[in-house]
Amino acid sequence: MSKRIFYVLGVLVVLGMLLAACGNSGQSSNAPQAVKTVIVTVQAKGGSNTPSGYGATLKAVKERGHLICGVNSELPGFGYVDDQGNYKGFDVDYCHALAAAIFGDPSKVEFRPLTAKERFTALQTGEIDVLIRNTTWTLTRDTDLGTNFAATTFYDGQGIMVRKDSGIKKLEDLEGAKICVATGTTTELNLADQMAAHNIDYTPVVYEKADQVYGAYDEGRCDAVTSDRSQLVSRRTTLKNPADNVILDVTLSKEPLGPVVRQGDDQWFDIVNWVVFATFTGEEFGITSKNVDDVKANTKNPNIRKFLGLEGEMGQKLGLSNDWAYNIIKMVGNYAEIYNRNLGPDTPFNLPRGLNSSWKDGGLLYAPPIR
Amino acid sequence: MMNREPEQYTTGEVLAPPTERYTVLGWLKKNLFSTWYYTLLTLVTIYILYIVLKPTLIWAFTQAQWQVVVVNLRLFMVGQYPADQVFRIWIALHLLALTAGLAWAIWLPRSRRTGAFLLLIPLALAALPFISSFSRINWILFAVFALAGWGLGTWKPQAMRRPLLALLLAYFPILILLILGVQPILKIVKTNLWGGLLLTMLLAVVGIAVSFPLGILLALGRKSELPIVKFFSIIYIEFIRGVPLVTVLFMAELMLPLFLPPQIVIDNVIRAMAGIILFEAAYMAENVRGGLQAIPTGQYEAAWALGLNGFQTTFFIILPQALRNVIPVLVNQFISLFKDTTLVAIVGLLDLLGIASAVLAQPEFLGKQREVYVFIALIYWVFSYAMSYASRRLEVALGVGER
Repeated sequence: MSKRIFYVLGVLVVLGMLLAACGNSGQSSNAPQAVKTVIVTVQAKGGSNTPSGYGATLKAVKERGHLICGVNSELPGFGYVDDQGNYKGFDVDYCHALAAAIFGDPSKVEFRPLTAKERFTALQTGEIDVLIRNTTWTLTRDTDLGTNFAATTFYDGQGIMVRKDSGIKKLEDLEGAKICVATGTTTELNLADQMAAHNIDYTPVVYEKADQVYGAYDEGRCDAVTSDRSQLVSRRTTLKNPADNVILDVTLSKEPLGPVVRQGDDQWFDIVNWVVFATFTGEEFGITSKNVDDVKANTKNPNIRKFLGLEGEMGQKLGLSNDWAYNIIKMVGNYAEIYNRNLGPDTPFNLPRGLNSSWKDGGLLYAPPIR
Repeated sequence: MMNREPEQYTTGEVLAPPTERYTVLGWLKKNLFSTWYYTLLTLVTIYILYIVLKPTLIWAFTQAQWQVVVVNLRLFMVGQYPADQVFRIWIALHLLALTAGLAWAIWLPRSRRTGAFLLLIPLALAALPFISSFSRINWILFAVFALAGWGLGTWKPQAMRRPLLALLLAYFPILILLILGVQPILKIVKTNLWGGLLLTMLLAVVGIAVSFPLGILLALGRKSELPIVKFFSIIYIEFIRGVPLVTVLFMAELMLPLFLPPQIVIDNVIRAMAGIILFEAAYMAENVRGGLQAIPTGQYEAAWALGLNGFQTTFFIILPQALRNVIPVLVNQFISLFKDTTLVAIVGLLDLLGIASAVLAQPEFLGKQREVYVFIALIYWVFSYAMSYASRRLEVALGVGER
């Protein structure tokens, strides 16, 4: 009899412990607690498993013969699958740019579609080499998660959309309003923070998915809808009467989105950073995928010659070939081309460049010199 | 006289019991309007159906823009599987048609229903207006292969039994080889390109086919008198049943690489399959155990009295009866497994649901979630219903509930 009780107790204890561990890892990666558990496991049990240390990632990528890029498979404009089964989008193009810089072939990428919940775990465990999935750079994520954020590719910010005839002009007008928002996102928290800061009463109407949020707003179940401005702009085109809706001139939060890599491999971090900077630099020099061969043949400008690998050993310093930047521009394009292809005037989004203009045009894109 | 038989037994015809036959109106009167409250219920139901169905049908036929489904049909069916390799999936389907045709002729020679399924459904699919001519030809070929199998089976039913069994056993390995590829002949298609209905079906079929025997073993283990076997079966079953499938998948996909040495890279899809199999086996085990417990002790005693050993008792006497008893529960489990495969979407596999979300993000089809979700719901319904229908036929064939 006592034996049996021992068995039962033992099983319960083991189960309890395992469940606690599983429960944590299954939860949202926003929760710092859960994340810490994951990291402790990484260091204690699998530290040697993930490619870490200077140069290890590039070596692993080259040996494998292709890059593994963690992306979003369901964000319009940034990452989706087209009707031919190919990944497309702004973030996806940066994966191609990285492959072009490393291999001289933008197609050498394997895409891993990731959800918001699993993206950091996938990066930490070495399932992916780089995470380019509309991820906001925050202090907590940069430190606690064991990740490094490369140069921001897209400056987003949280906005609010209302119906024109509602007469709402500023944040204070939302007193007592019902606001549609997606659950479990920083969006929901930002909204709560901002409304508390301004002492405004409101009712959040939360939904699981973006489709539901905009569906509810379109059917009049809430007075306003909030999310990243880029999403508001793109989703406005899908409403019944897009022109009847207006995006307020308030920004609830800063959302700098960019590629993320594991801490501990500075060479890889540099490569990802400079691939982003190369797309900025291409736009600054006015070099596009169309004229890059002309420029390469005729240019006398020493800065451009260094950029395109005609002089200096810029690529080698990164561990790449010297025509790395030429390959990016030739095969994927400069920032303006990438932006316009996915979000620009010829797409349904027609998203104004705004902060995402080159510093020469009053935006925030500013690349350190390549020399 | 001793052996004189009553006359009516020798010459009298045995009459069939009288069947009820109605005209349409008569049927209506008996079933829908027999009393005043039946009439009232019927009218209320018709009214509710009207207010629900009218807007649905109006939406489906006039407002819905099915273009999103038509354009992305290949994506929904096979995901990112390369277009120039899709013929391999068709070959697998034709082989299936041939096998099914043979089985129809040999095992169910009089079943017109099976024939109708095998011939009319592919022909109906071939007649759909929006599919490509390549698919159209292939659906017609599917029907032709089914008919060929039936012809072969009817022509030489005895000689064809062995090939049929061989086909059934070899089908699954052949299927995997066809889809994955064999290096020199067929290009390898990596599993990260498998998707859509193809991936959903593979996950479900592998899950069912492997977790079923595993579950039987676990159930037998739990009933075993060997303490260690019993103890581990119980621990396994109770542990897995205490964890949600999402967690098992998450562990398999993202935590497993932490515990493995870096040289070992286990494929994504295999990991998801392993997760599903391990999870479902525990539930399967409990279902089978229910069936085992329903077998009276007399059956064991009778088997021993006949001199059968433990293995023979279990596999020839007990299990056939136990499994027959739990068919509805097992099919229930299979259907729920089929739908549970959607959970792999959260670990980065683009199954039918995952690919639907990806399609919804295409700029030209933003906001078409109703069309897409209605379409995949229809697919899930068709397959789930087919499974439950097949199980009902199986129960009738095995005479469940008629003992």
